[in-house]
Amino acid sequence: MNKHYLLPDISQPGKIGCSLPALDVPESKLPPRGLLRQDLELPEVSEVELIRYFTALSKLNYGVDTGFYPLGSCTMKYNPKCHEDIARLAGFAALHPLQPEESVQGALQLMFELQQCLAEITGMDATSLVPVAGAHGEFTGLLLAKAYHQDRGAKARKKILLTDSAHGTNPASAVMSGFEIGVVASDSEGNVDLKSLDAMMNEEVAGLTLTMPTTLGLFDPRILEISQLVHDRGGLLGADGANLNAFLGQVKFGELGYDYVQLNLHKTFSTPHGGGGPGSGPVCVRRSLADFLPSPVVIRNNGMYKLASPAKSIGKIANFCGNFGVMCKAYAYIRSLGAAGMKEVSEHAVLNANYLKEKLKPYYHLPYDRPCMHEVVFSGKRQKARGVHTVDIAKRLLDYGLHPPTVYFPLIVEEALMIEPTETESKQTIDVFIEAMKEIARDAENNPEVLHTAPHNTPVKRLDDARAARSPDLRWEMRT
Amino acid sequence: MASPYLPNTDADRRIMLQEIGVGSIDELFQDIPEQARHAQFQLPAPLSELELKKELGQLAGRNASLDRYACFLGAGSYHHFIPSTVEHIIGRSEFYTAYTPYQAEVSQGTLQAVYEYQSLVCQLTGMEVSNAGMYDCSTAAAEAALMACTIKKRGKVVMSNTVNPTYRDVVRTYVEARGFSVQTAEPNSPVISDSSCLIIQQPDFFGCLEEIETCVQKAHDVGALLIAIVDPISLGMFRAPGQYGADIAVADGQALGNPTSFGGPGLGIFACRREYLRQMPGRIVGKTVDVDGRPGYVMTLVTREQYIRRERATSNICTSEALMALAATVYLAALGRRGVRHVAELCYHKAHYAAERIAKLKGYSLVFSKPFFKEFAVRCPVAPSRINQALLNERIIGGLDISHIIDKAMLLCVTEMNTKQEIDRLVEILGGF
Amino acid sequence: MAPKEYKYTLEHEWICPESKNKGKAGLTDYAQSQLGDLVFLDLPAPGTQVEQGKKIGEVESVKAVSDIFAPVSGRVLEVNQTVVDEPGLVNKDPYGAGWLFRLELSKPSELDALMDSEKYDKFVAELSEAESK
Repeated sequence: MNKHYLLPDISQPGKIGCSLPALDVPESKLPPRGLLRQDLELPEVSEVELIRYFTALSKLNYGVDTGFYPLGSCTMKYNPKCHEDIARLAGFAALHPLQPEESVQGALQLMFELQQCLAEITGMDATSLVPVAGAHGEFTGLLLAKAYHQDRGAKARKKILLTDSAHGTNPASAVMSGFEIGVVASDSEGNVDLKSLDAMMNEEVAGLTLTMPTTLGLFDPRILEISQLVHDRGGLLGADGANLNAFLGQVKFGELGYDYVQLNLHKTFSTPHGGGGPGSGPVCVRRSLADFLPSPVVIRNNGMYKLASPAKSIGKIANFCGNFGVMCKAYAYIRSLGAAGMKEVSEHAVLNANYLKEKLKPYYHLPYDRPCMHEVVFSGKRQKARGVHTVDIAKRLLDYGLHPPTVYFPLIVEEALMIEPTETESKQTIDVFIEAMKEIARDAENNPEVLHTAPHNTPVKRLDDARAARSPDLRWEMRT
Repeated sequence: MASPYLPNTDADRRIMLQEIGVGSIDELFQDIPEQARHAQFQLPAPLSELELKKELGQLAGRNASLDRYACFLGAGSYHHFIPSTVEHIIGRSEFYTAYTPYQAEVSQGTLQAVYEYQSLVCQLTGMEVSNAGMYDCSTAAAEAALMACTIKKRGKVVMSNTVNPTYRDVVRTYVEARGFSVQTAEPNSPVISDSSCLIIQQPDFFGCLEEIETCVQKAHDVGALLIAIVDPISLGMFRAPGQYGADIAVADGQALGNPTSFGGPGLGIFACRREYLRQMPGRIVGKTVDVDGRPGYVMTLVTREQYIRRERATSNICTSEALMALAATVYLAALGRRGVRHVAELCYHKAHYAAERIAKLKGYSLVFSKPFFKEFAVRCPVAPSRINQALLNERIIGGLDISHIIDKAMLLCVTEMNTKQEIDRLVEILGGF
Repeated sequence: MAPKEYKYTLEHEWICPESKNKGKAGLTDYAQSQLGDLVFLDLPAPGTQVEQGKKIGEVESVKAVSDIFAPVSGRVLEVNQTVVDEPGLVNKDPYGAGWLFRLELSKPSELDALMDSEKYDKFVAELSEAESK
């Protein structure tokens, strides 16, 4: 797009982008004037202008279909096309959530089977598909932990422990569910500092939220000791399942001692991120927590599928039964892979990440030099000594037509670069990325200016964030 | 057979293992305790694309979908017309395979579309600022209540008992989780003096429209915020929350170009007065310039959000249901000023036509005599479940059975999707009881 | 270099004593450089009683939030409205036009325990050294 413009700029009175039917019933009397609005200022554009405008916008974007997208912790794997087609079938997309149950048996069966598959994959006993996003699932898991302890009369358990490498949603979700938080340190290997956990895990603590593998992309080899310790002190162990892609089809959270797990269907189960949603964040739990699950769950009764509310449910957490459209895609993914296919997914995810780690190790500081899981965290501190920051490295990657990794997270790694190649990328693609990263490392030594001024060939260059925040311009206005 | 989603060949694999310096992939999993490795999974056998489409197509075929059934059901999820333009734009993979626009330079498409969305939501609701979107109407209402508690430093939330019962349940879950309290009140009762907000719905759960000004005044008199839950399509005809003085407006954007999709994904529309911008939850996009002075868009005021402020964030939310918001943007742009009004008028007149005809049937009456938009409650001569069964046999999805709230009552919804023929057929079947 | 006549806290704030137990306070140059471009300030209203070391406000840059603490105890007399409207002033002139608020000190002796400019410069030098390691 050469010239920047917005909808009001192309709007002209009298245009419309869609034809609508005429009224086929007699007009009724209008309600009192006091209820009616006189003005309604919306743009007016023709269909062709509308399509060209949004098509032009789409070309300014970068998606998984555009190229390599190694955004750590986000699992930007390829989104199979047939899943999109399946979710769009009228028999799934054109269903009303409050239809009589006998008229939606196919949809309920899909949900019931998805509940079962996810419970099996995580080694849990029951699933709630209601949470519509990862953070929503975290919130749900914490409400379950709270309800569980209250039900046992343990009202004093007001604290949730997190690690210092946790996602920002973890503390925010804990506060939203009414908990105080305690932060457990990581040790020099990137594992949970057991001494710190031992000192903090007391009768005021409801549980520990622990992403596994951790956000450092590492599997904590003492996970069984950790779960033992948490359980011995009466707490629950919950997983932020953001990183399940590391051991999908190989390891069950239940066998690691977890009590509840929140999944991200939009990460591990290949549903597209949509530019920031919709996602889906189901929660899988042990039997001891099943009675508390949010309403509704799908049950099978005499061959009929029904929606039901568990006996001691924490209640409603969303409008209906979750992001069904996303569930269709995730279910299709599970059915297309089977158990063996899932194991291959995590094998390739881990293989790709370790290959990338070995190849880039000579060029970037690796804070934890040990086998990684599905992602690897480097530090840009070697480049920082030359005045080049991680943000410069990220922006320079854009010039290569590559999406940068996650930067400045986790917080415990200085100038962090968190790279998650995923299993759907080929060695050839990863090699292209490796070569780009090597060149950037060389430029950081010899030609740092090219990094400071990057990107150079994107639709816009670096944007003025400070200006945006100081005097927020958040909308256009249209007045007659 | 090789998976189409796993591009590495066996040869690639060998080279990569060699480079890493291990003999097998299994060695890379050495940190996992031996006893937990190699778990067994009981899952259905894998399917090829052909088999998958066939099997899931059969599952889809077992549902009474609204392309084959007439629908008179609403109550929070609405069957409206979706122009083809919407599907085609959100079906562009540059949009749907992108992540949250953290790298603004390669995300201007998503970011500019969000700026359009925020603008359109403000125009439609009459509010000053909008966020980029939330999960659905119920959670948006819950977040609005929490925001009011923060702004007013008061822990009491009051909801009108004419608010959708599910929305009320969700608000209660969220508000009580934080240790605050919720009270339900008659719409015309005085607002409790130390409450943070009053939540009303317009049109309310039963479809009725009220003159809201008195409610707004009552809330403001005690220093509480007024949170209005609205139907976005109704705003094509009826006064907007910004016009009657609401402080926060929330709605479900599903009605704007998104399929009912068995209840999800929805889209939580959230807009408020500018003075409360910094307390607003969710993502916000702002306009700025790049180093060459070209206009561009960024996520802004991010210090409110969880990834910066962690436990002190305004909310834990990350997603903005961006694709649903994009659909709403394209929908509003496609229909424009006249189209949105026209759809609202079609709903209004068709719903009134249906209501008038049903009210004339023996044994039926309208529960409320107030003005309404596209939904209305009908008292039936027999249990609504019996009527719905008969309707289903005739390929009609009937109204919501609300006999647990009002004896033998059914909540019907009529939109532009319902032809006169469908309405007449509905009336005919109802008349058979 | 930090101005000689000011006193400094471990939280990288300064206070400049004025006559009659009054003082002007702000963020140090090190603080503004660590935060980056400031975009928003949340300062206590005039009249607010503050206690040394307690959080009394917030400062936001584009991607970080930091607490503002009371450098000493007392009552807020005045807030620098210019800097509230234009937070970038703190980046440009942290020790001058970028001052944040004026206080009436209730315990002037608290000043004695704060760092002088020499000590503070040394403190910052140590921090910078630790960081570059």
